[in-house]
Amino acid sequence: MKINKHFLLALPFYLIFIFFFIIPLILTIIVSFWDYTEYSIIPDFIFDNYKYIFNKCFKFSTDLCVTFKTYLSTFYFCFMAWFFTLIIGFTVAYFLVFHVRSVGMQIVLFLICTIPFWTSNVIRMISWIPLLGRNGLFNSFLISTGVIDEPQEWFLYSHFSVILAFVHLYTLFMIVPIFNSLIRIDKSLIEAAYDSGANGFQILTNIIIPLCKPGIIIGSIFVITVVMGDFLTIGIMGGQQIASIGKIIQVEMSYLQLPSAAANAVILLIITLLLIWTMTKFIDIRKEL
Amino acid sequence: MLNKKGKSYYFCWGFFLAFVIFLYGPTFTIVVLSFQGPEGGLTFPMNGFSFHWFHKLWEGGGYVDIGSAFRRSILLGLILMVLTVLLSVSAGMAFRKKFFGANFLFLITVSSLIVPSIILSLGIALEFRLLDETLKFLGDKYSIQWIINDFQTTLNMYSSGLGAQLTWTLPFGLLIMFAIFNRFDKSFEEASMDLGASSWQTFKFVVLPIIAPSVIGIALFGFTLSYDELARSSQVMGATNTLPLELKGLTTTVTTPVIYALGTLTTGISFLAIFIAIILFMIMRKK
Repeated sequence: MKINKHFLLALPFYLIFIFFFIIPLILTIIVSFWDYTEYSIIPDFIFDNYKYIFNKCFKFSTDLCVTFKTYLSTFYFCFMAWFFTLIIGFTVAYFLVFHVRSVGMQIVLFLICTIPFWTSNVIRMISWIPLLGRNGLFNSFLISTGVIDEPQEWFLYSHFSVILAFVHLYTLFMIVPIFNSLIRIDKSLIEAAYDSGANGFQILTNIIIPLCKPGIIIGSIFVITVVMGDFLTIGIMGGQQIASIGKIIQVEMSYLQLPSAAANAVILLIITLLLIWTMTKFIDIRKEL
Repeated sequence: MLNKKGKSYYFCWGFFLAFVIFLYGPTFTIVVLSFQGPEGGLTFPMNGFSFHWFHKLWEGGGYVDIGSAFRRSILLGLILMVLTVLLSVSAGMAFRKKFFGANFLFLITVSSLIVPSIILSLGIALEFRLLDETLKFLGDKYSIQWIINDFQTTLNMYSSGLGAQLTWTLPFGLLIMFAIFNRFDKSFEEASMDLGASSWQTFKFVVLPIIAPSVIGIALFGFTLSYDELARSSQVMGATNTLPLELKGLTTTVTTPVIYALGTLTTGISFLAIFIAIILFMIMRKK
């Protein structure tokens, strides 16, 4: 194929991604094999950064090593965030597609779901503080109704608040692709199933869910990858007390242990890619875009 | 089944309303709380109603230079907006035909959306650090005076920061362009070419007016995603801070409603951008 006018049109876009995406990722892999001192990084080819990460990880007689513990905790957040965003996202998308009749109304309600995505994530996290804090609304409410006797500490800066924030921030990532899949379902299929005597639940499990599987997978990929690499939400909502791989990388960077951070990044990247690869086994992603 | 307003219908409506309250409730809470009286604290009850904390914020609140962080973020957002529109529209036009490496470009664009932000932030920081060291090395070797004397770093809001944010806004821009051209009627374009218009004229007078309302959408993504972006740019902004970075710092240090006032202001700007975009979209639609 000859280099034509269209290639030139895409060239600036191309260059941005080569310079700010491809080269940085390659450099990360290279630097993960480098050596470092307190103030400089030294070109080398050593495996020490990786050895350090997996130090004592394969002696199963002792407790789990820090790395494995951190990954387990990150997987736990992934699963919880995935589960709740999926349930909520699916229900909302289902409502928008099957219960909202007019297209105008659909657009308005869809926009209502989307608008928070264009506002600041940090603010949206902070805004839980007056609700969940020790003297927050939830505690006051629960005490005044007599459900609890004293303020609960675990609402804020806990696993609970981290998961809550993930669901709050990222349910949209589920709604959009599931909505996109659901809206393509031929309504006559559902009518036909209904006429043949299927009940609502059977229609849902035998027709709607299988047909919107691509949307579910794409949404899941977004949610899981964003949680895998997270350091902000876990940091802010976990009160800087909960570990995550993203936070390890961030802390190592602040101490200028760049090769070590790079090694952690490479492992995180490999695991994330494996997760995505596993998920795409279930669908042909190119057909959906 | 679909026309019957059964249990499922009411359940879903209820669920949706609950979801909307969940989405907007917390933000609404801090907007209310930002108007706390001077004696008020971080939670309810309201101790009177005042603009006290906004005044505090205006004075700088004794914390950081919020004003300049604000201006920087807005300026960067506007630059990102323009670049995202220009690059996405031209790449979107290119993708309508086959070109060298089109599949590869599509693949990396989508990958950029899902690669963990901290990894990319680290990678870009490394890239610029190595660039710095190369420059310093060259400066020493060929005794280039300004490098030896003045050069600090290439890491800057308008170099690495800008690039890091582009890897986040451009994929959205390109995907919107795909969505536009999937519904685009090519016959207008062909008619224009048949009548003897050049391809630039066709683009300017035929294609652009048709896609203009959707391009507003790309501009909205470009501005708001940059204005609020934190994860990707967190490691590569260099010496200056943008508003989200300052905000993140404030979450651990500030214990007064000043932070809510700042939150209200920031959210207000985002809403203003969304509002302008929707109005422009509707005006252009009518034409």
